[in-house]
Amino acid sequence: MSHAASHDDHANGPPKGIVRWLTTTNHKDIGTMYLVFSLMMFLVGGGFAFMIRAELFQPGLQILNPAVFNQMTTMHALIMVFGAVMPATVGLANWMIPMQIGAADMALPRMNLFSFWLLAFAFLLLLSTFLMPGGAPASGWTLYPPLVLQTGEAFPLAIFSIHLMGASSIMGAINVIVTIVNMRAPGMTLLKMPLFSWSWLITAYLLIAVMPVFAGAVTMLLTDYFFHTSFFNAAGGGDPVLFQHVFWFFGHPEVYIMILPAFGIVSEIIPTFSRKPIFGYEAMVFAIASIAFLSFIVWAHHMFTVGMPLAGQLFFTLSTMLIAVPTGVKIFNWTTTMWRGSLSFEPPMLFALAFLFLFTLGGFSGLMLAIVPADYQYHDTYFVVAHFHYVLVPGSVFALMAAVYYWMPKWTGHMYDMTLAKWHFWLSAIFVNVLFFPQHFLGLAGMPRRIPDYASQFADWNMVSSIGAFGFGLSQLLFIWLIVKCVRGGAPATAGVWDWPHGLEWTVPSPAPYHTFEKAPEIH
Amino acid sequence: MSAADTGKRNRSLTARLVLMAAGSFAFGFALVPLYDVFCEVTGIGTDKTLTRAGSADGQVPVPGRTVVVEFTASVPAGGWQFEPVAASMEVHPGKLYEAHYRARNLAGRATTGQAVPSISPMRAARYFVKTECFCFTPQHFAQDEERELAVRFVVDRELPKNIDRLTLSYAFYDVGQARGPG
Repeated sequence: MSHAASHDDHANGPPKGIVRWLTTTNHKDIGTMYLVFSLMMFLVGGGFAFMIRAELFQPGLQILNPAVFNQMTTMHALIMVFGAVMPATVGLANWMIPMQIGAADMALPRMNLFSFWLLAFAFLLLLSTFLMPGGAPASGWTLYPPLVLQTGEAFPLAIFSIHLMGASSIMGAINVIVTIVNMRAPGMTLLKMPLFSWSWLITAYLLIAVMPVFAGAVTMLLTDYFFHTSFFNAAGGGDPVLFQHVFWFFGHPEVYIMILPAFGIVSEIIPTFSRKPIFGYEAMVFAIASIAFLSFIVWAHHMFTVGMPLAGQLFFTLSTMLIAVPTGVKIFNWTTTMWRGSLSFEPPMLFALAFLFLFTLGGFSGLMLAIVPADYQYHDTYFVVAHFHYVLVPGSVFALMAAVYYWMPKWTGHMYDMTLAKWHFWLSAIFVNVLFFPQHFLGLAGMPRRIPDYASQFADWNMVSSIGAFGFGLSQLLFIWLIVKCVRGGAPATAGVWDWPHGLEWTVPSPAPYHTFEKAPEIH
Repeated sequence: MSAADTGKRNRSLTARLVLMAAGSFAFGFALVPLYDVFCEVTGIGTDKTLTRAGSADGQVPVPGRTVVVEFTASVPAGGWQFEPVAASMEVHPGKLYEAHYRARNLAGRATTGQAVPSISPMRAARYFVKTECFCFTPQHFAQDEERELAVRFVVDRELPKNIDRLTLSYAFYDVGQARGPG
């Protein structure tokens, strides 16, 4: 391939100052912007979680009135899902996929920049709804009608911001697919591709398949609200349960959109610190693909209690449990990769191991929820909250932190403060369990989710959970301090960074030059 | 391979992926009729079929079998007083009966109501045949008007043997009142 970007002057870096960030089409710059944006949203969403846990510290209403409490839970979820976890994975994709497959840049660099700014604008719009009469959306991130139709002036803004973030995700996904399909270095066959890139290729297809369905569902809400259609309005012949079906047809693949890139990250890290290639590479690829396929046929397990024929309940129970098979293959292969490996426990490995244990725990509570008669008891309780936070926080978020600790020396050219990173790890790992484990007990004891006040028998575990939340939240300040320190300086990182680097990204110097692989590397 | 080639392949793949996204968007809307089809095939019934007149032709009463039909009512959005006249009745499958609901307009103005029926258990829905029902048409009420509304029904003699009790439930909505900022 000839030099596609030959109009750039390689000797000079990017333009200085703010202009660089507004006009850049460089995959590394855009990746950085996504990651910084995601970290900011993680703090905003975390701040909302802080307020939720402060209110739930004791029974009774202390600091938030119920309407604001509902806005907090809704915005916490929307921001963490669409503003923190997803953009973080997109940022990593931008940084690492071209470097892992030996491409000079993403295939569609200008669309890349557009999708980033669209996302930033979408969240500005979403956050501005706090200033509207009636406040921010308060229906939960699931936006079920008829409740969501009671949203005040914020309603059209919230829907439009969802449209924008959906469009942004779809463009990001298209970019990833085109890059991986067309831009791989000669000799980089699909089955030589690193697992992080593989996980993103499959995630991107999921995004294209389901984000537009979500866009359709919220468009129907919009027309029900403004144009008197009756998609979900029972008085006009519609059915609110239909919304739940359409939403979860999107929503279940969506949760895999948040976890599959995490699987990819862990599949990069565990071999490095076991000093062994991944065990069962093809099985890992096949497992991701199977999970992606199954994600389309399990959606109704989120809504067992709406009233469903027995055959439907059985089908969705069994298809849900089937997911444990490819997921089990992945857990088994990660464990087997470590078997007789030469293990060392640098921060990325610590986070990856915590992921392995705690994600599995979240998976098990998911299996419990898949059992219909049990789900009738657990539905809409804190048990569900505990389940999905286990798979998302020590699951996805820990994997994302592992990725930052794994690749940051490559990004900045500096080694970070290992001691500080280990403090961050241990504090996070302990407090995340103090935070979420008691929520299992609360849920089994019958505490409903999304309530600002509760009966006094739930007081003790709520207090423990809130203490865990404050500890976990404050520990993240260490993470930010560590990142700032690492960007500003530190011991210079070598090209390989780690003892047993594997993959093309470790063949370029640290920090990675502004342009890499303009001449395609040779793959052996 | 030249840069121009790559650019061309990128554009064509991008176009195909955009089409795929557009297809997904259309599929989201296609789920609406598909949902009705699904409810129809599984016998749960849809708003269209549950509010369509059935026929009692060919039904012969089964004197030896009785089934309890319970009546419930709800007013999800307010504005009405709405309740069954009798909470339940014992019926013979195959025989035509009439039951009554009483509705009163509390909206403070003339308005139109629409009842939306549902049958429980779900698999009994296809055996509950309404020959006439106030739920087939919107019901106009003058201000403060109160009146009785009738439903004539027959429980199909083919009703599975293990069902001896079914519930007819109506939710009563105001159709005259626009939603949203209107």
